Parts: sequence; structure tokens; C-alpha cells
Amino acid sequence: MASHYEAPIRKPLVLGDKGYHDVSVDIAAPVERRANKQWWIVFSIALAAFLWGIGCIVYTISTGIGTWGLNKTVGWAWDITNFVWWVGIGHAGTLISAVLLLFRQKWRMAINRSAEAMTIFSVIQAGLFPIIHMGRPWLGYWVLPIPNQFGSLWVNFNSPLLWDVFAISTYLSVSLVFWWTGLLPDFAMIRDRAVKPFQKKIYSLVSFGWTGRAKDWQRFEEVSLVLAGLATPLVLSVHTIVSFDFATSVIPGWHTTIFPPYFVAGAIFSGFAMVQTLLIIMRKVCRLEAYITVQHIELMNIVIMITGSIVGCAYITELFIAWYSGVEYEQYAFLNRATGPYWWSYLLMMSCNVLSPQIMWFKKIRTSIVVSFIISIVVNIGMWFERFVIIVTSLHRDYLPSSWTMFSPTFVDIGIFIGTIGFFFTLFLLYARTFPVIAQAEVKSILKSSGERYKKLRDAGQPLYQINKGANVTSSVTEAESTTDDDTGTEKVSSLLDTLGSFDATKETADDLKKVKGIGPQMEQTLNQIGIFTFAQVSRMTEKEYNLLDEITGSFPGRAQRDDWAGQANRLNNKD
Amino acid sequence: MYTFSNRLKIGSIILMILGAIGLGIGFVSAPSTVEEAKEMVAAQDDGHGGGHEAAASEHGEEVAHDASHDEHVFHQLQNRPWSALYVAAFFFFMIALGVLAFYAVQRASQAGWSPMLFRVMEGITAYLVPGGIAVFVILVLSVLHMNHMFPWMDADVVAHDKLLQNKAGYLNPTFFLIRAAIFLGGWILYREYSRKFSLAQDEADDNSNFKKNFRISAAFLVFYLISESIMSWDWIMSVDPHWFSTLFGWYVFASMFVSGITVIAMVSIYLKSKGYLPDVNDSHIHDLAKFMFGISIFWTYLWFGQFMLIWYANIPEEVTYFVTRIEDYKLPFFGMVAMNFVFPLLLLMNSDYKRVNWFVIMAGIVILAGHYLDVFNMIMPATVGDQWYIGIPEIGGILFFAGLFIFWVFRTLTKAPLQPKRNPYIEESRQFHY
Repeated sequence: MASHYEAPIRKPLVLGDKGYHDVSVDIAAPVERRANKQWWIVFSIALAAFLWGIGCIVYTISTGIGTWGLNKTVGWAWDITNFVWWVGIGHAGTLISAVLLLFRQKWRMAINRSAEAMTIFSVIQAGLFPIIHMGRPWLGYWVLPIPNQFGSLWVNFNSPLLWDVFAISTYLSVSLVFWWTGLLPDFAMIRDRAVKPFQKKIYSLVSFGWTGRAKDWQRFEEVSLVLAGLATPLVLSVHTIVSFDFATSVIPGWHTTIFPPYFVAGAIFSGFAMVQTLLIIMRKVCRLEAYITVQHIELMNIVIMITGSIVGCAYITELFIAWYSGVEYEQYAFLNRATGPYWWSYLLMMSCNVLSPQIMWFKKIRTSIVVSFIISIVVNIGMWFERFVIIVTSLHRDYLPSSWTMFSPTFVDIGIFIGTIGFFFTLFLLYARTFPVIAQAEVKSILKSSGERYKKLRDAGQPLYQINKGANVTSSVTEAESTTDDDTGTEKVSSLLDTLGSFDATKETADDLKKVKGIGPQMEQTLNQIGIFTFAQVSRMTEKEYNLLDEITGSFPGRAQRDDWAGQANRLNNKD
Repeated sequence: MYTFSNRLKIGSIILMILGAIGLGIGFVSAPSTVEEAKEMVAAQDDGHGGGHEAAASEHGEEVAHDASHDEHVFHQLQNRPWSALYVAAFFFFMIALGVLAFYAVQRASQAGWSPMLFRVMEGITAYLVPGGIAVFVILVLSVLHMNHMFPWMDADVVAHDKLLQNKAGYLNPTFFLIRAAIFLGGWILYREYSRKFSLAQDEADDNSNFKKNFRISAAFLVFYLISESIMSWDWIMSVDPHWFSTLFGWYVFASMFVSGITVIAMVSIYLKSKGYLPDVNDSHIHDLAKFMFGISIFWTYLWFGQFMLIWYANIPEEVTYFVTRIEDYKLPFFGMVAMNFVFPLLLLMNSDYKRVNWFVIMAGIVILAGHYLDVFNMIMPATVGDQWYIGIPEIGGILFFAGLFIFWVFRTLTKAPLQPKRNPYIEESRQFHY
């Protein structure tokens, strides 16, 4: 990996005065905290949508595909549109974790975990459609080349739909392995912090006994690189194969050679937009603004802008070649898109995908969180319509005018789509509560080179490490003595107040320390006796002070650190 | 400061002279009448054992068809030295343009590893001017009917071809040259300004030149995305004016990008071996080799995407493109895939090998030869058909433009210090280790 030196011109990727411990605390906080009311509300909505979707799926399978709006001409519509849309969204995760890893982009470290989670959850949604859009889904296993009692009846390997089976299943498995490997050190971190036995048990189970030895880390990095090297061609090939579903056909509007790279560009485009949507909310809700900074949002906007331009270039290329080809069917296909009965969807796709990302050329706009959020949603609407336009407008009017028709979805089409959105958010919300949403191990690896604190120290010409001699020595000495006589007690108190600062009742007012979760009336009294009255004092506590405090009070060892009193007090202090 | 070694200078001049002689022989030996062309083909057939003659005599009564066939062969033979010239001119121009794109990407993405190589890239892109002029002159001569490489430029052909008449709004000589001039102008303009800012940044005491360069690089990349596509339709796809493929522009891009990166690696290794790039280490070469490896695979992806989709759907108007190539160009067509994909895939997979400089050079030579063949396969089937041969005019073309390329690039390299002084990322690049 690149060396620790970083050009001073580069902006910090971790904001605030963050050390290694702060990273652990901040990232573990959402997992260790209880869910609040809003989470339960959103989760219930998502779950309801999911259940409604299941109802629609059961209805479809038990009654028949005729419950959908498909007809004899338009045999693919919302089902495959949603399939391609979800697969596309899934691509950004692998892109962020694999491609950005290959390009040594340090900023990916704050977003890769969530992006990969998003990949997995959206590929699961995508994976539903190939099954439920079958007329006889219970024979779905026939797509697998398994020796059987029909005289070894085999599958035909010439169909892109079969390639899809291999592509999607490989993609899901590799992404899952890649994601889980990266999670091992982070699960281990949660495991080591866990105090409840159940939590400890679960996280020991999922972290596979990770101990973080040098050898483990070396292999871990090698595996990550190899998987990234494999996942990159995979990510290209998966969406390419999805695009082959259309491009290998002879349908005007479908048969075009640009589809493979253009679908991939579109997938990155929509996937990044989805990551943007989710992370803008997540950084706020999980209080991760110091890690997912405006710079991250800006860089994602730039990727959205670039891929949006590539997609725009592909649209223009298609239009030009349709004219240039001199093939009337091809020319009509594009005329129909622009001026036919679905002109509005074509217009939506063009304006959402080509025009809207272009405003990102302005720095003011691409660093605005509100605008980024809106654009990221607009892009995903546009990309849904892109797939809809490609699929439906090419099918509903092709070679034989006598088979021209229209398509309109039924509530079942729509219901299943809503159901997948619900399912996606159900999974994602559960993930956000139980998984470390930022790869803490990776963030810690860039903290010294790209953290604001260390950048400032470097700029000031100060050493990055400072050994606080006096305090450390006394605390270790007092520990060794392990006596409880008054002298050492007052010594501890004074050394504690040395760092926390003393309270001057004439100038300051005491805060209600009970607001800090974990501090009860009794503890507040104890703290006051020591001389701690304000949030500001509490917020200065680090591991050393916590230990000192534990020694002085002798009650609830480890409690203060676990509850992150300092972090809580810091927030309370800032609120005032 | 780099000094152009005399041996290299003389070598490049010898290459140019030899190449010019080869091209001259090509032009002199091209037939000037249909009869001559017939004789040449007959002589060739004798050499091949005369199998073709026996087949031809069976169709002896189709005199009218024969006459048009003879004329066709005559045109093809006449095209041969022109195509040899054009393929070589475009190939070396494409390298410089590919390097320019790579350079702009490095600047726009604020890469920390590559600033140490900026001067090398700037040296290579200097070839855009003579190379661009050479290509442009060939295009002008084509418009002036000196050759028959672009069938749609021939008013007679268009008069009998409904399809070409429909395309005349786009494929007409004036508009064609205007587009070419705009694109060349845009690329050269960016190159010159970027070089100017890059040199000024060395002497400046702030980063304003660096920022300007960042901005124009981003703007250039947008222009390049569009212009490169259109250029490939104009300069290459239109030699087969009936054929079309939406992917074509990006396919040509991949070819030029990988050739360009390969040349950056080769020139850097050469200069490093002469001690001119003391701060360029094996990690820089490793990164370039990774790009050679990755973009080679990307090229194959696009090649396969285009080929497979057309093969699969087998629509007659499209598939003729590959039918002629597989029938008449079997070895170059599939040989190119081996050279551009299988070879780099196997050789550059190992990360230790990517740090062995001579290994990268050897892989680079194969990749470059493979992409020459790629351009050859794009142009030749349309212009000379089955009359192709890699003989004196083709090799002459390569030698001439290789000589010109080496001469121009290394002459430019002498004009500025080879390592930039105060780019904000230069220290990152100097300390770069992978």
C-alpha cells in the first residue's frame, strides 16, 4: 500500500480530533445503542411493504403470470425492468470496494461497507425476479445442469438467460465472501467490546476467531486484493451478461453492441446514486459525519457526473448510429421512443440521467448535501425509466405493425416492486443496527495519513505520538501499590482533574450530569465530590481517566467507558 | 536535462529513410492500369500454385462480372500502399492521443503516483502535431481522390448507392474535413496549454498553474469522450461505409489507451535505464504494467462484446464485417486476440514480473504489435480486401512513422527537465511505493 506520506493539499478524510479509540467508539455506537422510535417506525413501514410484496408474489405464483400487465407482445416489462434496476444498483458496492481498492482510493474506506451491504441486499431483490417471472417457477431448478433421470437432459448454454443464472449467483456469492472477509476484524472489535453475553456469543461466532496477528493481516490484505481483482471483471461481466439478454436479440432498439459497457456505466451511475441516498441519511442518523464527510459526498457526486456523462454519450451514440445505419426499423425504434406513446418515459429518462447530473459541474451544488440527496433520487428514477424505455418501447412496436400494442402494469406488478423496496430496506435497516457500518479497521489504517488531527499535528511540525509521562507513571505506580489510603486517593483525584480541568464555581455553572446515560443521581454526587461538575470536563475523559475514575469510585468498573460518557458529554456540551 | 543521444537520433533518421524507401517502393509498384493489376494477381496466383486460375476459368463466360471484378482488384491493389501509410500513420497518432487521454485522467483524478512521469507523457504527446498533420494530410489526399480508401468520397459510387446517399448528410468530404480539423485542433490545443501550465508550475510559487491544468484536463476529457467516438466513426468505421456498430468508438479508445500506456512504460524504462529518471522506481513501472494488463483485458472485453453480439444475432448487414475478416484475415484477426489478450494476461498476471523492466518491455512490444494488427484489421479488409500482405509498404509505413515518432518524442524530451519540480503531488510520487 501507499506510504504514510500524503500531500498536504489533500483534504482530511476523518474530521475532528479522532484517535483510534474514538473510531471504535463511534462505529460501535449504533450497534451498542438501542434502536430509537424512528427506527422502529421506518422498519415497520419497510416490513409492511415487504409483506405486501410477498402477498403479491404468492398471488402471482398461485394464480398465474396473467395477473401482471404483460401481453403477447410485451412479454417482459416491470419484472425485467426491476431485475435490471436492482442488479444495476448492486454494482456500485462492488465497484466501491473492488475498483476503488485497485485504484487505491482512500475515501472508499468510509463507504465501502455500506455499499457492499447495499450490493448484497439489492442483488437479493434482483434474484427474486428471474424466479417469479417464470410461468412455472417450481421447475426453476431445470436451469441448472444437473444429471437427471431424463437421460441426462441438459441445458442449452447458448442463452443469455442461462448466463444470467451463473452471473448473478456467482456475483452474489463472491460479493458475500468479499464483504464478510472485510467484516472479520470489525466483528472482532464489536466482540471485544461486547458486555452482554449473548452479544458476545453472536459476534464471536461471526468473527471466526479473528485475533489480528501480523500473519492474519498480511493474508487478509492479499485476499482482499485478489478478490478485488476478481470482483472487478465480475462486476463488468455480470451487467454485461444482463445487457446480453437484450443485445443478443434481433429486436430493433435491443440489438446494439454498445449495450455491454453502457449498461455497466449505467449500473455504476445508479448504484452510486443509491449509495449516496443511503449514506446521506446514515451519516446523520448514525452520527458518522466525521467519517462520511462532505468530501465523500462530493467525490460520489463526481462519479455520478462522470458515469452520467458516459451514459449520455452512449444515448447520443445510439441515436446517431440508428440514423447512420439506414435501417428503418432501428430509426423507427428511436423515433417511437422520442415521440411515441411512451414519450414521457423517454423524456424522464433523458432529463433525469443526462441533464440532472450535469449540474454537478458546479462545486457549490456538488458539495450541497440537500441537492446531492435530491439528485441521487432523481437519478434512480431516471435509471428505472431507462430500463423501462429500453424494454417496453422496443417490444411494443417492432417489425410487424399488426402486433403493435401497449403495456400498462397491474397492481400486482407494482406491488411486487414495492415489496422488493420494502425487503431491501428491511434488510438494510437490520444491517445498520447490527453491523459495523464503517470498516473501522480500514479507517484506522488511514487515520495517521488522512485524519484531520494528524494532518494538523504534521502541519504544525509536531510529533504524531506524544507520551504523557507524568500521568502514566503515577497511574501505573498507584496501581502497583493498590492501596486505598487517602494520600494516593487525593493523588488520583488531582491527576484526574489535571487533565479534565477543575471547576470554578464563581465563573461556571454546573451541568446536570444525569443527562449522560449511565450517570445516576448517586454517581453525579460522587463526581461532584471529586470535582467534576460540567459536560466539558466529562468530555475530556479518555481511557486513562476512565480507569482513574474507576479506581477512585470503585463502583461499576468499565461502565463509563462502555457508555462513552465523554462522547455523550461532548454532544450535550455542543447542544448548549 | 535529457540529451538526445546521437545513436538514437541517427537510428530514428535511418528508420525514417528506410520507411520512406519502403513506402516509395509500395507506391511505385502499385498498378496504374487494370491490366497491370490483372498481371500482378496472376503472378501471385502462380506463386500460390494457380488454384485460383482454374476456378476462374470455370466462370469464364461471366465477362461483365469479371471486368468489374478486375477493376475492383485494381482499386484494391492501388489502395495497398495508401492503406499501409494510413494504418501506420494512424497507429502512431493513436498512441500519442492515448497518452494524452491517460495524462488528462492522471491530472483530473489528482493521482499521487504519476506526476513523476508527466514529462515523459508530455514528450510523447508532442507527437500529436506531426502525427496529426500526417493523418490530416492523408485524409485531405483521400478527399482529393488520390486513393479509394473511403468509398463514400467517390461521387460515382454514391450515385449508385442508396444507403450512402442517405448518409451523405454526415459522410460528405467538407464536413468530414471540418470535423477532423476541429478534433485535431482541440486535442493539440489542450496538449499545448497543458504543457505550458506544467512547465510554468515548475517555476511558480503558487499552485495556480496546477489548478488551471486540472480544470482544462477535466474539460478536455469531456471533449475527448465525444470527439474520440466521432473520430473513430469518421476515420475508421467509414472505410466500411455500409457497416455500423455503436460500440466502435469505445473499442478504438481501448486500443489507443492501452497502446499509449504501453509506450509510456517503455519510454520511462528506457530513460530510467539511461539514468535520466532517478526517482522513478519499480513501483511506478509496476503501476504502468498493471494498467497495461487491465486495459488489455478491457480491450478484449470490448472486442468480444462487439464480435459476439454481431456473431450471435447474425444479422446479414452487420455480420459481413466479421465474415470478410474471418475468411480473409484469419491469422491477423485471431492472432491479434492472442497478442492483445492471452499474452498480456499470462505474462503480466504475476506482480513480480510487472517490476522486471525488460519483461515489461517485451510484453509491451507484443502489445504494440498486437494493436498495430488491430488497426490493420480495421482498415485493410475494407480497402485492400483479400489482397493484403504484410510486405514492404506495410513495414515501410511502420518504420517511417516509428522513426518520426522516436525523433519527435525524444527531441521534445530534451526541452525540459525530465522530472517536474513543484507539482503539489510530486513528493507523493517520489515516495511512491507499492
